[in-house]
Amino acid sequence: MDAYFLTLLVFLPVLGGGIILLVPRERADLIKWIAAGFTGLQVLLAFWLFAAFDRSSDVIQFAVKAAWIPAFNINYHVGVDGLSMPMVFLTALLSFVSIIASWNITKAPRGYFSLFLLLDAGMMGVFVALDFFLFYVFWEVMLLPMYFLIGMWGGPQRQYAAIKFFIYTLFGSVLILLSMLAFYFYTEPHTFSLIALIQEAPKINVQLWGMNIKWLIWVALFIGFAIKVPIFPFHTWLPLAHVEAPTAVSVILAGVLLKMGTYGLLRISYPLLPDETIGFATFLAVLAVINIIWGAANAIAQTDLKRMVAYSSISHMGMVLLGMAAVVSSSRSGAQAGMNGAVLQMFNHGTITAMLFLLVGVIYDRAHHRYIIYPKDYEDEALRGKPGFGGLATNLPVYSGFVALAFFAGLGLPALSAFISEAMCFIGGFTAFRTLTIIGTVGILLNATYFLRAFQRMFLGQPSEKWAGLTDMSIREIGFMAPLAVIVIFLGVFPRPALDIMSATMDRLIDLVTLVSQVAVQ
Amino acid sequence: MSNIQSLTYFLPELILTSSAMVIILTDVFFRGRNRNRLIWLLSLVALGIAAIFLLLQTTPPDAIFYGALAVDPYSRFFKWIFLLATVVIYVVSPYSRELDNNPRHEYYLFMLLVVFGLFLMASALDLIIVYLSIEIVSIGSFVLAGFLKQERLSNESSLKYVIYGALSSGVMLYGLSLLFGIAGSTNVFDIQAALSGVPDKAHLTLAVALLLVLTGFGYKIAMVPFHFWTPDVYQGAPTTITAYLSVAPKAAGFALALRILGITFGSSPDMNLGEWLPVEGLPFGTLIAIFSAATMTVGNIIAIQQSSVKRLLAYSSIAHAGYMLMAAAILNAQAVSAIMFYLAVYLFMNLGAFLVAIFIHNRYGYDEIEEWKGLGFQAPAVAVAMGIFLFSLTGLPPTAGFVGKVYLFSVLIEAQQFWWLAVLGVLNSVVSLYYYMRILKAMFLDSEPTGERISGHPALSGTILLLMIPVLLFGVYWSPLMNLVRSSLEFFSPGM
Repeated sequence: MDAYFLTLLVFLPVLGGGIILLVPRERADLIKWIAAGFTGLQVLLAFWLFAAFDRSSDVIQFAVKAAWIPAFNINYHVGVDGLSMPMVFLTALLSFVSIIASWNITKAPRGYFSLFLLLDAGMMGVFVALDFFLFYVFWEVMLLPMYFLIGMWGGPQRQYAAIKFFIYTLFGSVLILLSMLAFYFYTEPHTFSLIALIQEAPKINVQLWGMNIKWLIWVALFIGFAIKVPIFPFHTWLPLAHVEAPTAVSVILAGVLLKMGTYGLLRISYPLLPDETIGFATFLAVLAVINIIWGAANAIAQTDLKRMVAYSSISHMGMVLLGMAAVVSSSRSGAQAGMNGAVLQMFNHGTITAMLFLLVGVIYDRAHHRYIIYPKDYEDEALRGKPGFGGLATNLPVYSGFVALAFFAGLGLPALSAFISEAMCFIGGFTAFRTLTIIGTVGILLNATYFLRAFQRMFLGQPSEKWAGLTDMSIREIGFMAPLAVIVIFLGVFPRPALDIMSATMDRLIDLVTLVSQVAVQ
Repeated sequence: MSNIQSLTYFLPELILTSSAMVIILTDVFFRGRNRNRLIWLLSLVALGIAAIFLLLQTTPPDAIFYGALAVDPYSRFFKWIFLLATVVIYVVSPYSRELDNNPRHEYYLFMLLVVFGLFLMASALDLIIVYLSIEIVSIGSFVLAGFLKQERLSNESSLKYVIYGALSSGVMLYGLSLLFGIAGSTNVFDIQAALSGVPDKAHLTLAVALLLVLTGFGYKIAMVPFHFWTPDVYQGAPTTITAYLSVAPKAAGFALALRILGITFGSSPDMNLGEWLPVEGLPFGTLIAIFSAATMTVGNIIAIQQSSVKRLLAYSSIAHAGYMLMAAAILNAQAVSAIMFYLAVYLFMNLGAFLVAIFIHNRYGYDEIEEWKGLGFQAPAVAVAMGIFLFSLTGLPPTAGFVGKVYLFSVLIEAQQFWWLAVLGVLNSVVSLYYYMRILKAMFLDSEPTGERISGHPALSGTILLLMIPVLLFGVYWSPLMNLVRSSLEFFSPGM
């Protein structure tokens, strides 16, 4: 059972997608139930994996390795460690939540749900792949369903958003492809194994354009991953794609896809190119701080609630980066705080941003708009500059409660999950980059500004008669929101279970990056 | 090997030519209603018999007709590609409505003759055969391109094809005559031996000869700047023929160019060595790299602006020639096998895309992207297949096109040369995504689902779906195809 566990986890959704294609298109209900069943099963498997995972060990667990294309030394090699385990869990959870949140999709449901399951499989594959080629295949496979999910089921500008997302990401991917081939051909014996490359890659000594090619590989990989995160200045696809995508797809985009960028850096750039990682750490920290401030400042300027949430993601991913850059901290505990905080923040942001996008979806389904303030170029002149909502808390108490929870989690209120991970990222950052981190903390203030202001404008004050008829959240909506809320509160009070999983692996990763480079210096 | 002995190794080609004669006679004496069908069947049978003889031909590499033609695994690999492409086109031709008002039997006849020419191209070892085979293919193609006599575009296509063809073969002939002048022989091995001993000052002549010969080869594979005929010919010719021209003669052009250039301008006559070096002082790699960069960039950039699917695919086929030329800049065993692999994959994905274009053309009579709107809901299976062909042409996993591109890039990266070309190549892939996605967008994104369904002839839809299988299969498990390519990487050389 153990040996096929991850394979099952990855290919279960593919099987589900295949079965859905066989269902007659009129049976929309059946299609939804199949999708929910398969992703639900995946969540149970992920729980089991979570329980069976050996927390004290820093090695790859549940590994399976089988020859795929022997002539090219490509293997089907999957496994999880403390870095991928939280991501696997997050992927399973958010996929299931998103399927439930997609219940009212009426346009071509068969295509929608089968593509969604394919996307699920691709994401899961990325997080468990330990062979670079396999990783790349999964990384790219994900793009196809994403293009269609945004392009067919998205908002008014969906086509532009979809192609922009696709071209941006492919641009990054092809750079990763070249890096992958360079790793393969410049190591002896040629290998795609991400485990073997930890030993072999630092030995690469090929000169190109007057420098060791490893620096160029690091930059190529960085651009590829930075587009996914997204790191300033590669972020311009994000607001558009997040806003135009249907609610459930936004959840996946912000909740899981963005994490792939930072995951890629931690899985590939960090252990394979430690010297270069250390060399670029300050650069990473600078970009992190720009991300934090830039994302938050943009979020303040938004009148559309969904755009605001999208920009808040950029800010929060900046904190992940800051934590990651702290790997070079001279104090061991600082590096530990930064790295563990980064991975924990990846997980926490996944759950919180999922809540935020789902909540935006809830109000949009009812009011068919989501303006905090009607924009200045709004079609109805009388409404321009007027608040979009007001006093919603009176009519929609349950909804308002969830929004309050999600907003406060988003701005990092203590006792909610993000507080701990953000604090760890900043503590780690502080030990390594004092001035930069101090500048970065301004971002916390800015985050509080837009979340609180949006809450005040939409939910407090005089109830607007126009929206008096809105109904509160349904059982189904509470159903997909509640598990996320529970996790956010639970990890805010008691983060140990999450930290236990990752700490051993993070220790090893810190050793890999810093010790290897000390050897190189000597 | 003497002429009489050679004939036993020449059976596939003999079958093709003799059945062409049988078809001419049938055409004269058989005047029944089913003449088209009969000739169609006869040609298919001829191709089948040729395939059987090709299958039985398992001899070690040899040269026949006193060293004029090579019989080796390398040429056999390409002959299989030609046969496969031809059979696919034969199978769908009766169901292409474009051809309905024209005498299809002549069309089948000319296709058989073109296949014969392609066979010669893959095995030519003599400059005379090089020229002759290219002309056989060209003349057949001229007729086929202009086959829709009532259509203005088809006539234009044929005429342009003739003019460009005549010009480029003239230039190539001049290059060949320079080579003959230097070496005093038309046999490539003799020329190679003579060139290795050429004094340094003759290198300019050699470079000019290379450039002139490249004109002829470049014309066949649609290499920039010898590509100008491609869009007009591809657009005007019947779609079946466009599909054929974009695959088979291009593959033959590569087969011929790799062998002839490789031997003639190489420092060793033996292509089996794996490592290939040009005659000292000849900037072979750089020249090909520049052509490759120009070819893929021009093809991709112009493809963006096309509104006709056939023109778009024409420019994309130029870009694909550019990708393959990338590997040719290195020209070692890896490069040749990467190109062979890519050509095999390209056969499936490009034919597939063109067959879908025939499907649409049958329905609407145009080939504007506009006409593709809503196909995703009207004919979902065909549209999904088209999606897979387009993803494969872009080079996205898990399709065979991705694997093919990985092999092409690998050549440059492994050789640690022409890094800029590899970077340009991947950037071009990104550009190509944009225009391929325009077709996909029209099919799936530009309209709402409706209840309307359209269907083509089962033979056409069936072939499209069959072509999808290798594109997906070789994207996930390509060892069998790569093994075939590797085992076909055996050339005739006089030392054997």
